[in-house]
Order: sequence, then C-alpha cells, then structure tokens
Amino acid sequence: MAVELEFDRRPKLVQSVVDSLLMIQRSSRHILRNTDQLLGTFFQPIMFLVLFATVFGGAIEKSLPEGVSYLNFLMAGIIIQTVAFGSTTTAISVANDLQKGIVDRFRSLPMSNLAVLNGHVVSDLFRNSISTIVMLVTGLVMGFRSNASIADWLVIGGIILLFTLAFSWLAAIMGVIAKSVEAVQWLTFVIIFPLTFASSAFVSTETMPSGLKVFAENQPITVIIEAIRALMLNRPVGNYVWLAIIWCIGMLLVAMPVATWLFRRRSVQ
Amino acid sequence: MAKPSAQTSTDAIIVKDLHKSYKKLEVLNGVTFSVKRGTMLALLGPNGACKTTTVKILSTLLPYDEGTVTIEGLDVHKQADKIRSIIGLTGQSAAVDELLTGRENLIMMGRLYRLSKASSIARADELLQEFDLTEAADRPAKTYSGGMRRRLDLAVSLIATPPIIFLDEPTTGLDPRSRIAMWEIIRRLMTSGTTILLTTQYLEEADQLADQIVVIDGGTVIAQGTAKELKSKVGKDRLELMFKNEKIVADAKIVLGQDVVGSDDKEHSLTVVINDTNKDVKQILEKLSDNGISIESLAVHKPTLDDVFLSLTGKHKQTSKGEDK
Repeated sequence: MAVELEFDRRPKLVQSVVDSLLMIQRSSRHILRNTDQLLGTFFQPIMFLVLFATVFGGAIEKSLPEGVSYLNFLMAGIIIQTVAFGSTTTAISVANDLQKGIVDRFRSLPMSNLAVLNGHVVSDLFRNSISTIVMLVTGLVMGFRSNASIADWLVIGGIILLFTLAFSWLAAIMGVIAKSVEAVQWLTFVIIFPLTFASSAFVSTETMPSGLKVFAENQPITVIIEAIRALMLNRPVGNYVWLAIIWCIGMLLVAMPVATWLFRRRSVQ
Repeated sequence: MAKPSAQTSTDAIIVKDLHKSYKKLEVLNGVTFSVKRGTMLALLGPNGACKTTTVKILSTLLPYDEGTVTIEGLDVHKQADKIRSIIGLTGQSAAVDELLTGRENLIMMGRLYRLSKASSIARADELLQEFDLTEAADRPAKTYSGGMRRRLDLAVSLIATPPIIFLDEPTTGLDPRSRIAMWEIIRRLMTSGTTILLTTQYLEEADQLADQIVVIDGGTVIAQGTAKELKSKVGKDRLELMFKNEKIVADAKIVLGQDVVGSDDKEHSLTVVINDTNKDVKQILEKLSDNGISIESLAVHKPTLDDVFLSLTGKHKQTSKGEDK
C-alpha cells in the first residue's frame, strides 16, 4: 500500500459532530442527485399556491374580514402545509436506509449512530427552506403583501424552522416504524393530510362543525399558522407566538429521543 | 485446526459455543470455530444456514444469546466500538450509497472510519485504481453494474485497511467473469496478510480461496478442516465406466456386483468406488474383459466438495446451483 494512513485522534465529541456533518453532506447531496425530488421542491409549492389561491380564493374571500385578501390569508397556511408534507422526505429517506442495508454498514463503522438521522433531518431543513422561499417569491409575484417588520419576519422564519425540525423528527419516527417505503407514503399521508386540512390553513375554523372546530382550533398546526398569519398581516398575535414555540419545542423534545430509540432498536433486528 | 493451547496467540477470531434465537426459533445452536491471523476461513452452507446471522454477530451488528466471540482479543459484546475500527464488512449485509458517486462513497466511509480527510482522499484514489473503477469514479453508484457495485462495496470496507475483513457472500448473483475478477481481488487481499472470514454457498469458491472451511447447516458446524481434509473424509476416488448400450450395462452390473455405487441409464454408464486407483482399475477391467464385456470409455473422478457437502447434509444439489440468480 502506497498511501500512509493518518487517523483523526480528536476527542469523541468532536468526532461525533464530524459524523453528523458528513451525514448532512450525504443527505444534502441526495437532494441534488434526486431530480424528481428536486422538481418537487420547486414546483409543488408553486402549484399548491396557484391552485388554492385561484380555485378557492373567490369563494372564500367573502367570508374573510374586510380588507384581507385570500392570498394574504392563505400564505401562512400553505407554507406550513407544504413544510409538513415536505418533511415526509425524512421518513422516506430513513425507511430507505434501513431497507437497503446501508444502516448496517454505518453501524459496522466506529461512528455515531445518531448521525444518520441528524443528516436526514438537517438536509430536510435545507430543502424545506428552499420550498418556503420559492413560495414566498411566487406569492409576492401573485400579489401577496405583508406589512410585518424585519423583526417579525425573523420570528416567522424561526417558527417555520422550528416547526420543520420538529416535524422532520416526527417523520423520522414514521420512517423507522414503516415496513416499506410505500408504507411510509401511506402512513404520512393519513396523518399529515387530516392534520393540515382540519386546521385554519385554508379556511377560517368558524364554519366547521363543533367537534371538529374544537380540534381544529387547538391542534398545533392551527396554533402555528395563526402565529405566522398574525405576524405577517400585522395583527395582534395574542399568545399564539409563544404557544407555537412551545408546541414546536414540545414535539421536538418528544420526537427526537423516540426516533433515536426506535432507530437503534430497529437497526439491531 | 488450531490446537487449543495455540488459540489465543495466533487466532484473530474466536467463536465459542455461539447460540442465537429469534423469538423462540433457535438459529445458531452452539457454533464454534476460530480463524488464524492472516488466513482465510470460509463459512460454507446452504441458504438459510444463518451464515449472514453469524457474520452480523461477529461484526457487532447483532446481539447473541450465549457463548463468547472475540476479535483480536476484544469482546464483541463489550468492546464493540474498538472492534469497529479494525473490521471491514462487505457483501449482502452491507451496502453503498447509490446516489453518491464511487469516490464520494469511499471518502465518506474513510472519514467515518476516522481517517483524516487527506488520507481518505488519497486512499480513495488508490482503491479506485486498484479495483478498476477509475473511469466510473465520479458517477453515482446506482449506474454501476452488479460487478462494479460489489467491487465498490469491497473497496469501501478496505478504505481504512482494517486487519480483519468479513466478506458476506461476495460473489452471489455475479456473472462468471465478475466472479473470477472478484476472486482475483480477494486473493490479492490475502497476500497482504489480512484475516478474512468469507461466507459462501459455492463449494468451488471455498475450495479455491480458503485455507480452512467450516461447513454449517441447521445452525451447527457439521464439519471443518482444509478442503483436502474434508475431501478425504468422504472421499474415495470413483471410476466411471461407459458402455455401448443398455444390455451391456446390465451385464456389467451383474459382473461387478456390489462394487457398483451408481448408474446413469442415459449415458450407459456405471460408477464404481475404488480404493487404490492403480490396482483396482486394473482388477475391474480384467474382470470385465474376462466376461467378454468391452467398455467404450472410462474416467476417474476425484471427490469434490460437492460430494462432501452432499454426504454431510444429505441434501440434494441445491446448494451449488440452486440460487444462482
């Protein structure tokens, strides 16, 4: 052998950070290599926004408070919906890794096990940020206007990032539980679809039947959407911002250890 | 086989009385073997003999129920982290990232083995060349052919030059040419002093490559030794006699009586076991010509590992040809 090998002798903690960075690099490369997914990242948000705004806009606008356009109302909801659906990529990537045997390879290496999940979740954050920006730009072109201050926008960005992170970790759980990639798609659909539609994402909760209304008004998606919407439209935010942050951190604190534990357990089977 | 007293000093892998069950189903039932440092041991068995389970336990991926497994004196259970730095795993229980290029896979795995960035890059270059993957180096691995993917898979596990390599069915599913190319690579690896544990369902592969062979079936070791030892265990030479037609075959059968161990009606042939090739062949031919029976042709067969395997497991030939997808 010609090459003299030189090993990294840094402390364990540093090495596990390096492991996570390597896994983030890996998953981020997947975003660029997976052309279908890349198209989805760009065009799905545009399609959703255009469809919802034009199909529902005319009918719903009448029920909105004076001076609020449907597009302005919709923006917060559709961003959160897109991000929620976008996080399923984490679930699919995790399920894929478990099935293809590459997790076994990683586990036979002296690396940190958690790095694999970290990689998928963080790259999901990148991808969803791109989707969100595409959506905002499309919205601006279509006539979306916000009178939020820069500080408000920073809070909005923070909430969206926190929500993406929390939802990606929840998606990681689904990826570990599911027996196949097809099952992941089904599972995430069944959970995320009702969760985003039974919320204030597209219509006000006022007209919903009473049982559904109670659920829709109190579930985390609505709380997060209301916080973002109030900030965007420069309306009183009430407790929504704090509640949104608490919900996101709460989901994160539950999902992270559960996903990690399940992943460890599953990969030993 | 290694003498018990010499085991600790010269054996790189020691497996003693290994038991493993899935739920209530016992899949490994007291497996014991050892691999001398710098040699290759082939774990030979049919599909479902739990070869992959054994490799997964040895490479720290699976827990086990009873017994002891040590790799270079390290306990698989308690010192898994240390073991992971000195082993490489390849084959059906490991994989490469299909969306990354060959080079990216190698560099990433090198760094996960704790190689420095510079070393990973240099070593990746070296391996791509050695494994004839330079041209495909910057293409995603999903575009590789089966043989190329296996070579990349093996290259990945060699990135940090671990002294112990597990090859889990490295040639299963490969076409003959890729298989021979893989054998060449494995032979080269052996000359570098690496300790190798190979699992295979191909007798020929074990025969060609391994210093020692352990035959497992139904979760236990049913035989072990060198290819030569195993052959001589079962093995007597056999003489195959071909005749002109069925009638002569029938006559010859009567003349040779109980020496006949097999016959093939289509080929008009009989098989006779012989102990001493020179003496016995002469005797048999004289016996036949004394009775006015002439033969068309004859052939002497040395025992193959196939014979060993069949006589040990009592199963049909599925092991050598059955799963060649």
